[in-house]
Amino acid sequence: MELTLWTYEGPPHVGALRIAASMEGVHLVLHAPQGDTYADLLFTMIERRQRRPPVTYTTFQARDLGGDTAELVKRSIQEAVDRFQPEALLVGESCTAELIQDQPGSLAAGMDLGGAPVVSLELPAYSKKENWGAAETFYQLVRHLLKAQMPAPGTPPPSPQRWRAEGRRPRVNLLGPSLLGFRCRDDVRELTRLLGAEGIDVGVVAPLGARPADLARIPAADANVCLYPEVAGSVCSWLERRFGQPVVRTVPIGIGATRDFLGELRQVLGMEEQPMAPESSSQLPWYSRSVDSTYLTGKRVFIFGDATHAIAAARVASRELGFEVVGLGSYSRELARDVRAAARELGLEALISDDYLEVERAMAEAMPELVLGTQMERHSAKRLGIPCAVISSPLHVQDVPARHAPQMGWEGANELFDSWVHPLMMGLEEHLIGMFRHDFEFVEGHRSHLGGQAPAEPATAPASTVALASGSPGPASEERTPVGTSDPSWDPTGEAELAKIPFFVRGKVRRNTEAYAREQGLALIDGEALYAAKAHFSA
Amino acid sequence: MGGSTTVAAATAPALEVRRESGQREVFCGLTSIVWLHRRMPDAFFLVVGSRTCAHLIQSAAGVMIFAEPRFGTAILGERDLAGLADANEELDRLVADLLQRRPEIRTLFLVGSCPSEVIKLDLAKAAERLNTRLAGQVRVLNYTGSGIETTFTQGEDQALLAMVPLMPRAPAAPAAEGAAPAAAQELLIVGTLADAVEDRLISLFGRMGIERVRSLPPRHSRDLPAIGPGTRVLLAQPFLSATARALTALGAQLISAPYPLGVEGSAAWMAAAAATFGLDDARVAAVLDPLVERGRRAVAPHREILEGKRLFLLPDSQLELSLARFLQRECGMELVEVGTPYLDRALLESELALLPAGTPLTEGQHVENQLDRVRAARPDLVVCGLGLANPLEAEGIATKWSIELVFSPIHGCDQAGDLAELFSRPLRRRNLLRFS
Ligand code: SF4
Ligand code: SF4
Repeated sequence: MELTLWTYEGPPHVGALRIAASMEGVHLVLHAPQGDTYADLLFTMIERRQRRPPVTYTTFQARDLGGDTAELVKRSIQEAVDRFQPEALLVGESCTAELIQDQPGSLAAGMDLGGAPVVSLELPAYSKKENWGAAETFYQLVRHLLKAQMPAPGTPPPSPQRWRAEGRRPRVNLLGPSLLGFRCRDDVRELTRLLGAEGIDVGVVAPLGARPADLARIPAADANVCLYPEVAGSVCSWLERRFGQPVVRTVPIGIGATRDFLGELRQVLGMEEQPMAPESSSQLPWYSRSVDSTYLTGKRVFIFGDATHAIAAARVASRELGFEVVGLGSYSRELARDVRAAARELGLEALISDDYLEVERAMAEAMPELVLGTQMERHSAKRLGIPCAVISSPLHVQDVPARHAPQMGWEGANELFDSWVHPLMMGLEEHLIGMFRHDFEFVEGHRSHLGGQAPAEPATAPASTVALASGSPGPASEERTPVGTSDPSWDPTGEAELAKIPFFVRGKVRRNTEAYAREQGLALIDGEALYAAKAHFSA
Repeated sequence: MGGSTTVAAATAPALEVRRESGQREVFCGLTSIVWLHRRMPDAFFLVVGSRTCAHLIQSAAGVMIFAEPRFGTAILGERDLAGLADANEELDRLVADLLQRRPEIRTLFLVGSCPSEVIKLDLAKAAERLNTRLAGQVRVLNYTGSGIETTFTQGEDQALLAMVPLMPRAPAAPAAEGAAPAAAQELLIVGTLADAVEDRLISLFGRMGIERVRSLPPRHSRDLPAIGPGTRVLLAQPFLSATARALTALGAQLISAPYPLGVEGSAAWMAAAAATFGLDDARVAAVLDPLVERGRRAVAPHREILEGKRLFLLPDSQLELSLARFLQRECGMELVEVGTPYLDRALLESELALLPAGTPLTEGQHVENQLDRVRAARPDLVVCGLGLANPLEAEGIATKWSIELVFSPIHGCDQAGDLAELFSRPLRRRNLLRFS
């Protein structure tokens, strides 16, 4: 048993739902108790879809449990097929149905459903989660639909450069975009445009917008672009093994990554190297170099999200915006290795966790000036008073905007610049608050360009307080009850000097000074000690 | 059909109810946590369930950004499924942890879910065990919010039911019904009300002459009202079947009335209480008449929009009958179909009497068939859940999402205008938007 306040991912059947709802002509029958239809809201409200997700739930109740729930499953399957006439049918269970073991997949297999392919899903709800469920569903569906086309073992793989011989433009599939993924709709649009300009056609985009018949065309492309490894990683590897289709694995988020992505793609497809001028395509490089951005240098940023977006954000933050990444982590255990590698490059140890409180603690400890995270990190950032931008699912309704807001490609980089810099205090304001602290309107922590009145609470809460107040298993108890003796305390002159430090770095200064005092064996911190610590740490 | 604000349909023949079964597009009772945790901030709601349950609550409460979460889920793992003894130990450990870190919690609700019920994890026993161990420091209660047992607002019914045994017993009964002096009686309003609405209703009862009014649930989880034969229970919500039965089993008397939605319903609700307490008619009228007059004036502009419009309500909260009654009688709407997840005839007797003869009532749901009926009827307004609202809008059918009704202050004569506005707004909006 595990105490969870917020969960980064839903159960695996929600992943299956994402695949079904992203596609056309696919229907999912889910054996689930009354109440599990709440998941429809994710699509009708957060994604603001105009139609119900293509899911039929058995919605059994307690009184059905005494009777024949298997009969109920069969009835639901039959009704769904009759009414919706899907081109492919998915059958699966939610966590509760898994416990009563009606085997809906085999039940469906034994029914006469008029020939539509039926894919039975195994979704272990007590050990796996949403992204795994999405990847597994996508993989099973593709595998099922491509069974007939599978080349005999030993057949040499087709050349990714056959487009030349065939006298056509090279063609790639974009695999992975789905509903409830982060900005997938606009990423697809952006990349399709970008690839088109490079002379590359897009074959199948899946699962988003694809029909089963489209999936059958996947092998006709020269390469697969694995846009979201969390969802398409296993499918791409399988296609590579069985169909010899190469996979482009660089995720084009950020300027550098987009260049690498195009480079990798050209190489795979055997295209000429092209001189690239991202400066003319994206504003980010110039905006970031312009003097207005100088104050962004060394801003401490904490990054958490799914592996794909966290890794990409770390590169953009450290190399393209000049931030200092002080924390990097992900809840995607399946891709933990990649996150660890990215963190190591930045001299950090990656945080791999799906425990929201552990993430909050790590955030509090790192004392960042900016948090790039998920919808969940908004909670922690709020309590710590740290500006925050969302870079990854889980998301809420405001992160499915009406405007074109990709993360990928050149335009995506523009979006990253705007949305990450916006929550920070603008440079002039930052200077003036550092100089004059008695203003009645521009008080400490105020970010007037955000239009708010209330100043944010400075991020001074030590990790221990956080764990205490957030009400759940936190650090070991000795951390929560400070052993008074060794802890230096602040005298009034020390407090006064501390108050002069701009609020967004005050937390860090407080901690450094305390560490310094402990090191020096000081029991009382006065103003001098603060300056001594400052010199000590900048040396 | 114009409806009427004056004619009482006391002689209406018993309405027939269509019973339907099939896919139900409703929330489970866990959802009630979303408002109960705000009503009793000193309580913590610990769901014992799966990741699905955790995901449901956060999806429902997700727009609130919390500094201090007041609910959580103990997610069952494979090990817990393998051995129930382990699961009990795990639960104890987890609760101990939780309470150590949140010493200010006064009441802990262990909330049962579908998974915990299917594996027969006995949360009642767990609550008992924990109560003994924690010896009064924290009260541990348990109730079911599972989808297999409860629909949406029934979660509140179960939560209140769990609190009933802890309510102090009120002193001895009056000799015979109505014989006790009003002063010995206490009025108990049952069902969650918005704070401001609660204050207002209590002050109005005071002006009519009812001095002692308490509420269940209280604002502080340990401040439970007393219960006994002197207690007169007025249900503010129609979905409290189990709680009402438990209260009457302890000797309390249930006041039969329509529910306090709209001017008519609210006035009748208050008048029923006044009658039970044997209050002076003139004094009651002096309080109610101006309220009714003002309430009608507030409803009038919305009635202009709603009058003659055809209404279809899908099952959700059991508020549907009361809403239909208000919208038909006070706003002049025509009822195409009134769906409810569950119909307790005893508790809805007064509402049923006020609905026009021939109103098509449906208990239960087969959502696809019901949507076919919606499409065939093309009503002017459909009251439905958020899973259906946007898809129906996209088909050109105006909707009012129903969950808002359990999160908004809608009770009492003073709120009748606001309540009507919730339904007129989507129609007004449709008239307002122009893209050409
Ligand atoms: S904003 Fe979020 S919580 Fe609110 S109705 Fe929309 S989807 Fe639901
Ligand atoms: S319906 Fe059951 S399994 Fe689903 S969220 Fe509700 S209690 Fe949990």
